[in-house]
Amino acid sequence: MRFALSQEQRQFGAAVHELLADADVPGAARAWADGDHAPGLHVWQALAKAGVTGLAVPEPYGGLGAGPVDVVVACEELGHHPVPGPIAESVAAVPVLLGALPAARGPEHGSVSEWLAGLADGELISTIAIPPSLPYALDADVAGLVLLADGGRAWLASARARLTSIDAARRLFEVEPTDAVAADAGPAVAAALRLGTLASAALLLGAGRGLLETAAEHARTREQFGRPIGAFQAVKHALADVLIGLEFARPLLYAAAIAVGHDAATAARDVTAARIACADAARRAARTALQVHGAIGYSDECDVSLWLAKVTALSSAWGSQAEHRATVLAALAEPDTGPWS
Amino acid sequence: MELDYSPADEAFRAEVRAWLAEHVPDPPLRSVNTAAGFAAHREWERELAAARLAVISWPECYGGRDASLTRWLVFEEEYYRAGGPVRVGQNGLFLLAPTLFAHGTTEQLDRVLPPMATADQVWAQAWSEPGAGSDLAAIRSAAARVDGGWLLSGQKTWSSRAAFADRAFGLFRSDARAEKHRGLTYLMFDLRAPGVTVRPIAQLDGEPGFAEIFLDEVFVPDADVIGEAGQGWRVAMSTASHERGLSLRSPGRFLAAADRLLRLWQHSAVAGRDALGERVADAWIAARAYQLHTFGIVEALEAGGTLGAEGSLGKVFWSELDVSICETALDLLGPAGEVSEPDNPWPRGGWPRSYLFSLAGPIYAGTNEIQRSVIAERLLGMPR
Repeated sequence: MRFALSQEQRQFGAAVHELLADADVPGAARAWADGDHAPGLHVWQALAKAGVTGLAVPEPYGGLGAGPVDVVVACEELGHHPVPGPIAESVAAVPVLLGALPAARGPEHGSVSEWLAGLADGELISTIAIPPSLPYALDADVAGLVLLADGGRAWLASARARLTSIDAARRLFEVEPTDAVAADAGPAVAAALRLGTLASAALLLGAGRGLLETAAEHARTREQFGRPIGAFQAVKHALADVLIGLEFARPLLYAAAIAVGHDAATAARDVTAARIACADAARRAARTALQVHGAIGYSDECDVSLWLAKVTALSSAWGSQAEHRATVLAALAEPDTGPWS
Repeated sequence: MELDYSPADEAFRAEVRAWLAEHVPDPPLRSVNTAAGFAAHREWERELAAARLAVISWPECYGGRDASLTRWLVFEEEYYRAGGPVRVGQNGLFLLAPTLFAHGTTEQLDRVLPPMATADQVWAQAWSEPGAGSDLAAIRSAAARVDGGWLLSGQKTWSSRAAFADRAFGLFRSDARAEKHRGLTYLMFDLRAPGVTVRPIAQLDGEPGFAEIFLDEVFVPDADVIGEAGQGWRVAMSTASHERGLSLRSPGRFLAAADRLLRLWQHSAVAGRDALGERVADAWIAARAYQLHTFGIVEALEAGGTLGAEGSLGKVFWSELDVSICETALDLLGPAGEVSEPDNPWPRGGWPRSYLFSLAGPIYAGTNEIQRSVIAERLLGMPR
């Protein structure tokens, strides 16, 4: 048992954090929401250089072939800041899908290998719809590769109508299939959905952290009745509950990443459990951060709005909380995924 | 990053599981909060000690096995999974012993630990006073210096099972002029010494699980001071995190409760049963989260770290989880949810009392309000 990140993993997370802290990510997210992708794409290029976009791409295609734990480390920071774009899709789900396709047996196999190489070096951003859990393709207008996976099949897809997400930085599109990519891709699609869901949980946890840090900073400095509002017990206790939620969601996230990495029987159960806890914790963080900020938190100019919208949207994407709870409950009834396994 | 017990830990698990399967009393022992139940639990502790399972994390010379924290977690998982009896010696085992390991003399360790391990001496805590609950440092019970020791006078209360226990430990004001948190001394005393009067107090369930302790010039030798006189607050707080989290409420306890809840749900035919499924799932998720979080703490402790304010996170989490599990169970029992043992046999009839006891969790070991303030001030930097 060594249930702790390695020093390399901690340093990697810290490096991604530092990179993003200096990149005016809130500004990039606001521009992205207005249809100006340039600042956000600049952030994506920096992330590609740091190895983030190639984490889940197998090594033969220029990726790092890293495990799910590394993907979680990166995605938590991407949610922490909050980076716009199809992260769970392009960094997690699509590389896993393409890497697991029969056509991806080696670099000599045409477009799949080119796509993987493009994802690894940051030349390509991809998105995917996997109905029914993920019916819309996020940011299909900026993605160079738009996929649709349904059951056991995967297609190239083209964007149709744009839908308005509650998170203006999430530009959703309905998609239609164009060319078939793979017909016998059931396990690959399942793996993509699993890692994408795990990445969404990490994004939610990171967003929760960002919200808590912002709220705590506000509570330390904002004065009312002649004292910082953080000196009032009602505010202290609300913030403490946010930290408790986040701190007990994180180990579920890492345990799920380990299970996915080992392709354990419990992987699906553990991913959904992590996702439930991360979304619940992030929602509590969002609501509390707004409450602690008061009216300014409800204004568009305050960064709380960026995370709050992200948390609201991500809690509905990649499967609803109710769907995930049903999955956990069903798994607990099975012998090899029961409560003690 | 790994999440597997070692083969040696799994071998230990197999040994413990087999032993418990053969020895855990069925039907369960009577309530530990009655005289007869207390005696039965003391006998059980002797059985555990004879199998060298009472205090596995202690050094071998005191009856332990020098087990790692990880192996202790394995023991706890198996113990609660098997439905093992309440540990009647828990105040000594999980509160006093860690304090002695950190601050006690060799003479104290040699004298106190062996009879604690075999439950020949069962310890009660004597923290609270009528005027000092959450504000523990406001205690007024005094330790007056005399030749060779101290004279204790005052009143302690809400002392669990002190009416049946042998000895007690607590904080006493040894210097009335010093600042509130100084001038306190951590002392051990005999509950049957001259000058001690113990009066049982019935708890919410009607059983005499509490007691108040009246002390009238009770002599305690210097050998029963833990740490230095006047340093009692620091000594007590240095191991308080153990009480709040790790040692008092191990993850196995809540995994077992979540497992029992799951089986109750699976076999329930009560009206509205399906609607309770999400709460059952949430109970298991939270119990699993508590287990995993503890693995992280154990990892940090074994790497040489200490458990500070983080212990408060766990204390709030497990106590809220416990209430939630029991509430859901009562809902799943339907009208039988109010019918307690013996009229509603174990395990179903155990839930109503478990529910009452779960309501104490947010109060003891430092109220959850105190814990949340600790979290906000020490982990989030809120002003005091």
